[in-house]
Amino acid sequence: MLRLIPRVENSTAMVLLSPLLALTLTALSAYLIFIFILVDIPVSSVFFTLFVEPLIDSYYFSELLVKAAPLMIIGLGLSIGFRAGIWNIGAEGQYVMGGIAGSAVAVYFFDVEALWLLPLMAIAGILGGMFYAGIAAFLRIKYQVNEILVTLMLSYVAVFFLSSMLQGPLQDPSGFNFPESRMFHDSALMPIIWQGTRVHIGLIIAILLSFIAWFGIKKHMFGMQIKISGSAPRAAKFAGFDDNKTVWYSLLISGGLAGLAGLFEAAGPAGQLTPGLPAFYGFTAIIVAFLARLHPIGVLFSALLIALSYVGGENVQIDYDLPKSITQIFQGMLLFYFLACDILIKYKVVFFKTKN
Amino acid sequence: MNEGLFINIIIGISIASVPLIFAAIGELVVERSGVLNLGVEGMMIVGALLGFVVQFHTGNPFLAVLAAMLGGMVIASIFAFLTQLLLTNQVATGLALTLFGLGLSAFVGRAYTEVVIQRITSIHIPLLSDIPLVGPLLFSFNPLVYLSLFMVYLVWWFLFKTKQGLILRAIGDNHDAAHAIGHNVVRYRVMAILFGGAMAGIGGAFLSLVQVPIWGEGMTAGRGWIALGLVVFASWQPFRIIFGAILFGGISILQLHAQGFDITISAQYLSMLPYLATIVILVSLRIRLKNKTNRTVPNCLGRIFHSTT
Repeated sequence: MLRLIPRVENSTAMVLLSPLLALTLTALSAYLIFIFILVDIPVSSVFFTLFVEPLIDSYYFSELLVKAAPLMIIGLGLSIGFRAGIWNIGAEGQYVMGGIAGSAVAVYFFDVEALWLLPLMAIAGILGGMFYAGIAAFLRIKYQVNEILVTLMLSYVAVFFLSSMLQGPLQDPSGFNFPESRMFHDSALMPIIWQGTRVHIGLIIAILLSFIAWFGIKKHMFGMQIKISGSAPRAAKFAGFDDNKTVWYSLLISGGLAGLAGLFEAAGPAGQLTPGLPAFYGFTAIIVAFLARLHPIGVLFSALLIALSYVGGENVQIDYDLPKSITQIFQGMLLFYFLACDILIKYKVVFFKTKN
Repeated sequence: MNEGLFINIIIGISIASVPLIFAAIGELVVERSGVLNLGVEGMMIVGALLGFVVQFHTGNPFLAVLAAMLGGMVIASIFAFLTQLLLTNQVATGLALTLFGLGLSAFVGRAYTEVVIQRITSIHIPLLSDIPLVGPLLFSFNPLVYLSLFMVYLVWWFLFKTKQGLILRAIGDNHDAAHAIGHNVVRYRVMAILFGGAMAGIGGAFLSLVQVPIWGEGMTAGRGWIALGLVVFASWQPFRIIFGAILFGGISILQLHAQGFDITISAQYLSMLPYLATIVILVSLRIRLKNKTNRTVPNCLGRIFHSTT
């Protein structure tokens, strides 16, 4: 039999080892699943395309960075909220709303060339995401309605809203009736930081934001407040922390960041608002946050790892005609193993014989 | 409104609400035992795929439904193992389950996207089904419709009329106390989670076997999440699940028939209705319960249990 004995102190070795163990187990399981499902394709070459090629080929590596940026920004916001025990599961909706709000600014000033345009779009994106997450915060505080369900339901609504906007006010008047906005003006596009690729300044902003958040959580009282609210709600109450404030801040921060990521995506790789904006980043960022153990700097690394699976998944789709859903299987399994392996930090696993 | 349209609307509502009834009644038992499984959507989609695949290869609807049940249970067992034995966070594990289920079903189901199967047909009882109005309304639904109602009754009977049901509810309300008097908390919870998986599996299969006889990636379209909302709406009371599900079914049918009534709202706004309705209904429930604490919510919902003895 197998038993879990609580450790007196968390194991430092396991804090570092458990992610590696989880990765190894995920790779092994993926290998076994592929052997089982892919009869006529050599599994090792699929593996190479999935996990190695994006790292050694400069084009694929740049695409990896393009995809990592929104995951970092959204994952960062979610990790702050999750620490406080506020489960914003609908970042996808806030991402879409931010994208719509920011793009509306770009479309309104479509022939203006100005330095203030991009910052204004970013502010609109943040406000769009904040507004959308704010609905959930309001309903939770006023009516005790669960924020998991509200944010999720609203993310479905956001996708339909995007579609109605693209067939209505934001549609390109000279676009042959395609459900797309007009192309953004050059000064409304994210500056490219790696010439010849699509890597834009959003990546640097994401890294900066992570460090700001890390510093803020460490030094600011608010960091303490969300940590205590999440791990010991009663203690938070006795300490006089305002519960409603925690809900508002958690949802507004995560919503605002998701909105910013949405605008970056529209003004970055796409250059216009399209129905393809919702790319599941909002949901995947949940995995990013957990893989980072809700740590702001950890988010940078887990976002890169998840972005690797995205790029690898697309390559496998092109090279071997396999569905992109391989990515989701991989991500789901990774989170399973990661959660399971983290048990080793708090508990010792002991085998013992059952006496009969 | 003529009789034919009326009957069509009633049948349409029933077909839209049955997947929700199955998924929600399963999750209700899970939550009554004190576990929050956010993987309903993932278990449903796996059920939808397996039911479809088995129906396509065997043409036997009984086997198809059975396969969907088993598929839901297998996926649920991952959740049970992780949360009950390895004590992982239930919210995160449930989400991982949904992502995994969506991905796995899309991957395995890619060979079945362009085939059509024989829909499971409604029953026809001679004489009874032929009675005007009453016949079609009472005696000629799909067999799974009757099964869903029976499952609701069965769950009510189990939870409130049997000793095991009482123990399960006790575990959901106070797992430490239940453990102290000798009940096996983990075993009850694992059973409840597996039952939840089986029900979500059938609910999913109803979509691919009855509602539309085709398989499509992500065809559950958030119904698993709506089912989670339904459990809250029902205040964890089995029979209220039926009312809630009919309400949602009605809204989604309204969305289909609105075009017929010359209502000029764009299609996108109509499609938002079921999701917005979920929020509105949850809010209105809280307004109704104002100043009263909701006593039916299981106290240990989502909390991790680890026995030190």
